[in-house]
Amino acid sequence: MTASVPRAALGIEGLHKSFGDLEVLRGIDLDLAEHEVVCLIGSSGSGKSTLLRCINLLEPIDAGRIVVEGDEITATGVDVDRIRRRIGIVFQAFNLFPHMSVLANVSLAPRKVLGLGRAEAEARATELLDRIGLADKRNDYPDRLSGGQQQRVAIVRALAMQPDLLLLDEITSALDPELVAEVLNLIRELAGNGMTMLIATHEMGFAREIANRVCFLDAGRILEIAPPAEMFSAPREERTRQFLQRVIDAGRL
Amino acid sequence: MTGGPLDPGHLIDLGIGGPRRIRRRLPPGEAVRSTLIALVSTAVVFGLLAIAVTSSPNWADVQDKFFNGAIFSRSLPKIVEAFGTNVAMFLIAEVLTLILGLVLAILRGLPGPVFFPLRLIATVYVDFFRAVPGLLIVALLGFGIPGLGIEGVPGDPFLWGLVALTLVYAAYVSEVYRAGIESVHWSQEAAARSLGLNRLQALRYVIVPQAVRRVIPPLLNDFIGLQKDTVLVSTLGVVEIFRESQILKQAAFNFTPYLDVALVFVVITIPLARLTDWLVARDRARHASNR
Repeated sequence: MTASVPRAALGIEGLHKSFGDLEVLRGIDLDLAEHEVVCLIGSSGSGKSTLLRCINLLEPIDAGRIVVEGDEITATGVDVDRIRRRIGIVFQAFNLFPHMSVLANVSLAPRKVLGLGRAEAEARATELLDRIGLADKRNDYPDRLSGGQQQRVAIVRALAMQPDLLLLDEITSALDPELVAEVLNLIRELAGNGMTMLIATHEMGFAREIANRVCFLDAGRILEIAPPAEMFSAPREERTRQFLQRVIDAGRL
Repeated sequence: MTGGPLDPGHLIDLGIGGPRRIRRRLPPGEAVRSTLIALVSTAVVFGLLAIAVTSSPNWADVQDKFFNGAIFSRSLPKIVEAFGTNVAMFLIAEVLTLILGLVLAILRGLPGPVFFPLRLIATVYVDFFRAVPGLLIVALLGFGIPGLGIEGVPGDPFLWGLVALTLVYAAYVSEVYRAGIESVHWSQEAAARSLGLNRLQALRYVIVPQAVRRVIPPLLNDFIGLQKDTVLVSTLGVVEIFRESQILKQAAFNFTPYLDVALVFVVITIPLARLTDWLVARDRARHASNR
């Protein structure tokens, strides 16, 4: 027997994506092991968000393969809705449902997609909200919550589906600086519990602390991929150095 | 807080306070003054209008033929009773219109080449029924379908009038819904779909509930139109409010029964119009307080 390799939670091969004439992703190859946390860094427009949206099949891809836990999700004829249950995504702008209470936001998909009864779904949602200290807000509407609270509810809403993989798309970029920490603490806790995560972020300090590996995306390609210690102290590529220098100059590292 | 029903703030909420500019709280003295000016100006305008009309050469004649107090009060009970037919018709038509309009709006929004035929049908439907005058639809269905003489198809003009109005107003209402659905940001659908909800579930639980909240005022507006258009079925011989008033007019040789009809419609429509404006104002205030 060969030594057991940790099974790939996510495999991406030769992923291409264009919007009209603009080629946003030009051949992405990336593997995530189970329980691994990978951070995507790179300037705006480098393709980080598009990559995450493609993995969740919110954008159709032009070429390549995406494999989740051994199943090719980009094959023709797959049940897109089934796949999405296994992949959670949290957006920069929270995207909570404004016409529903916090509790309804978190329990909607377990009820309608997993078929849980209302009582059970709400009990589970309350338990999750309790873990992030927002159980007392469960009957409030999202607009009564701070940005940090809303984003934590959005994370819990994704977790309620018990996904195998969590995609985080610049989830602190829309937050006031003083609210960033509460969201990052929650992500830290998830990483500690072994959640597999692919995180697009501008928070370099956070990426350095939490990631097993960091990917530098530049113009639709993964230019460099390395453990954070290496990436942030001794980047190999000139473009990576330039990017990190700009981040340092902006006082964000 | 400032009080009175004529407070400029209240008037703005009811849609008669003038254009909405940046609102400043008027000091009490000034508020009273501006209310007084509004009252005096109203009295002058309408007073002059009344004088102009009543001093015209044939006023006495016209007054007797159109504003006959005795005929007015004698006709009113019958007119109100006949209005029951209109009320039944527009209440049923409103419910059916809401359902059919939503179906049409959803059909038009279906993506992809597979659904092209459904999109086409819905689009042609909406174009057609908005283009053809309602009166023609009423006549075509009301006379045409019973005229076919197909066994088992009822010939009741009330029914076909109801169907005609529903078909016409569903076209308008579907456009209102469609605008509402399109106004919900795509990220809401992305969030719903990313949780594993299918397209229909995303529409039902996430998109449509938000869309409907936003379009309640324009929907009520279409309902006002529908309520008034129930008089079109009088052409099919249905004895509803307008037909009744025509009968009374012939009998009395006097146009005053029409005035009864006008009054009835004013009485039911104005509260609905004010409710619409109030809903818009409340919605605006809520959005203002959120941001």
